[in-house]
Amino acid sequence: MKFAESPVLAPPLPLWRARVVVVLIAGALAVLAGRAFYLQGLEYGFLQAKGESRYSRVLEVPANRGRILDRNGEALAVSTPVKSIWAIPEDVVASRRDLKRLADTLEMSEDDVRKRLDGQGRDFVFIKRQISPEIAARVAALGIAGVHQSEEFRRYYPGGEVVAQAVGFTDVDGHGQEGIELAFEQHLAGRAGTRRVIKDRRGQIVEDLEGSHPAQHGRDLVLALDSRIQSLAFSRLREAVRRHRAKGGGIVVLDARTGEVLALANLPTYNPNNRAQLSGGSLRNRAVVDIFEPGSTLKPLTIAAAIDVGRVTPRTRIQTAPGTLTIGPATIRDAHKSEQLTVTQVIQKSSNVGAAKIALMLRPQVLWDLFEQVGFGREPDLGFPGEASGKVRPYKTWKPIEQATMSYGHGISVSLMQLVRAYTVFADDGKLLPLSLLKLDSPPRGVPVLAPETAREVLAMLETATHPGGTGPRAQIMGYRVAGKTGTAHKQENGGYAADKYFSSFVGLAPASRPRLIIAALIDEPSDGEYYGGTVAAPVFAEVMAGALRILGVPPDAPMKPIELPGPDDEVRESV
Amino acid sequence: MARLNLLLLVLLTVCALGLVTSQHKARKLFVELEREQARTKALHVEWGQLELETRTWALTSRIDKLAHERLEMRAPDPRQVHILRRDLPARAVENR
Repeated sequence: MKFAESPVLAPPLPLWRARVVVVLIAGALAVLAGRAFYLQGLEYGFLQAKGESRYSRVLEVPANRGRILDRNGEALAVSTPVKSIWAIPEDVVASRRDLKRLADTLEMSEDDVRKRLDGQGRDFVFIKRQISPEIAARVAALGIAGVHQSEEFRRYYPGGEVVAQAVGFTDVDGHGQEGIELAFEQHLAGRAGTRRVIKDRRGQIVEDLEGSHPAQHGRDLVLALDSRIQSLAFSRLREAVRRHRAKGGGIVVLDARTGEVLALANLPTYNPNNRAQLSGGSLRNRAVVDIFEPGSTLKPLTIAAAIDVGRVTPRTRIQTAPGTLTIGPATIRDAHKSEQLTVTQVIQKSSNVGAAKIALMLRPQVLWDLFEQVGFGREPDLGFPGEASGKVRPYKTWKPIEQATMSYGHGISVSLMQLVRAYTVFADDGKLLPLSLLKLDSPPRGVPVLAPETAREVLAMLETATHPGGTGPRAQIMGYRVAGKTGTAHKQENGGYAADKYFSSFVGLAPASRPRLIIAALIDEPSDGEYYGGTVAAPVFAEVMAGALRILGVPPDAPMKPIELPGPDDEVRESV
Repeated sequence: MARLNLLLLVLLTVCALGLVTSQHKARKLFVELEREQARTKALHVEWGQLELETRTWALTSRIDKLAHERLEMRAPDPRQVHILRRDLPARAVENR
C-alpha cells in the first residue's frame, strides 16, 4: 500500500480547521510585521537612544572666563582650573582609615569631613572646593568609592589689594560680584558647551559624534588702568593715610586728553584672593560710590561760570574786607583777612567771601547749568556698579545763602570721580570728556561746556594757587608747571557738620602748559592735627603726579629749579 | 559565472580589509588628536599659572623694594635728567 493511499490520511477533519490555522498564523505574522514597522519606522528614537547610551556620552566642556588686563597687557585677573571634591553620601564606602587619609590630604579635620558626609537627606555635597590639581590627584589616588571630583575655575588677582575695588571679584562659581568683574560680566563670562563622544570600554574617547556645542570662552577685557601708575598712586595714598592717621582715602588719575582712568585706588582696601575678607565696607569703591561735599575744589567752577557769562574777568577786584559776609542769619568767613582780591587771588587764596560774592552776581540758573553740564547730579556713566550721582538741588529752590555756600562747595555733594571729571573742562579748552574704564583706541569727542578762553584763564588762575602765596604750594613738582586747587571741608554727620572731622582734597592738572594728567586725591578724616587740603592732600598729588609724568615720559615745561615752599608763618591757610 | 563570482569575492574581501585598516588608522589618529588637544589644554593651564607667577614676581611694589634695598637704585634728581628733543641738534641741548 502506498503511503498516499493510507486510510489514515483520508481527511476525517473538516477543511475549515486548516483555514483557521492559516488565518491565525497570517494574523500573527501581520502583528509582528506591524510591530517591527512601528519600532523601525515610527517610534525609532527611543530605541536608538537606548542603543547609543551604551557607548556614547555627553561631556560638559567648561568655558574659560576672560582675563582682565591693564593697558599694557599685564594681567589683573586670571582664571586657572582647579578641582572640587564632591560626594554622594549614600554611595560613599569608606573605612575610618580612608576618611582620616582623605581629611589629611585635604587639610581638613576628620570631624568636618564626616559631618559633610552625614548631611541628611542630601544627595550631593561638596567636601572641599577649589583645591589645586596636585592635591586632587592625591585624593583620586586614595580611590574612595562615591567620592568624585569636577573641574572648576578659580579667579586669581595678581594685583591684590592695590586694584581691589576697581577690578572687583567673582563668587566661588565664577560670576562677577563687584567692580569691573560685575560691570562687564557679559563680556567676561563664557558659556559652557557640550560634546557628544563615543567612549570605549576603558573610558577613552574614540570618536566625536554630531550634536556638540563648542564652549564659548569669555573674552579678555583691556582696562584703561596703568599698573605702574596704579601701584604708585596706591602706595602714596597709603603712606599719607598712615601718616595722617586718616580713616581712608581715594585717588583718581585721569588722562586729560582721552578721559581714560589710569589709576583708581581706595583705602581701606582688601585682598580679593582671600575669600574670608570679602565683606564689609572696604569693598566699596569710595571714589565712585561715595559722595562728599567737595569744598573749595568747586570754586574754579563758580569762577568759570562768572567769567563765561562775562560778569567778571581775572582782574576784576572783589571787596572781601572784613573777611566775613553775612547773609540772613548765616556768616561766611575767610581764614585770612584781606582788603581787596582780584578774581585770580580769590582762587589763589581760596577766599570763601570772594567766591560767594561772585556767585551772588549770577542768576542761580547760570551756576546750576554749569554744575549740570559738568556732570554733577547724574552718574558719570562709567558702567561701574553703584555709581553715585551726587546731589545738586534744583536752582528754583535755592536761597541766596545756599547759592553763596555752593560757590565754595558746600550744600552740594559729588563723588571724587565726578569732581575729577569736571576738571577735564580746564584741560581741554572747555570741553568735558566722557570717562572710560576701558582702554580707548582714539580719543573721544568732548562736549563744549565753557568758552576756550574761559578755560584757559581759569587754568592760569589754578596755576597761581600752587605757587608760594597760594593755598597749595606743596603740589609743586620740579620741572613742571602745576595747576590745581585745594579743598578742605567739614564732614557731614547726623545732618550737621562735624566740628573736627574733615575731608582734605586736592585736584590738579599738569603740565599746565598742555595738561596731560588730572589727579584728584581725597583724604578722609586726617586726625593728626593737620587737615588742610594744601598740607594733607597736595603732597600726595605732587608725588603721584611727578611719578606718573616720569612714567609716561612727559617732557618738562618749566625750568629745573628747587621748589619754593613758604615758611611756617606765611603759609596761606584755606578757608573752611 | 563562477569566475566572476570569485573575482567579486576577492574584491569584496580587499575592500573589507581596506575599511578595517582605515577605520583603525582613523581611530589611532583620533586618539593622537585627543592627546594633543589635552596637551594644548594642559599647556594653556600652565601658561596661565606662569603668567600669574610672573605677575607676582614682577609686582611693581616688589621691584621697587628690590631696586631700593638690594640694588640701591633711586630715581634721578630731575635736575640731572637731560631731555633730548628730536627736532633740536645735540649742540643746542648742550648749551641749554
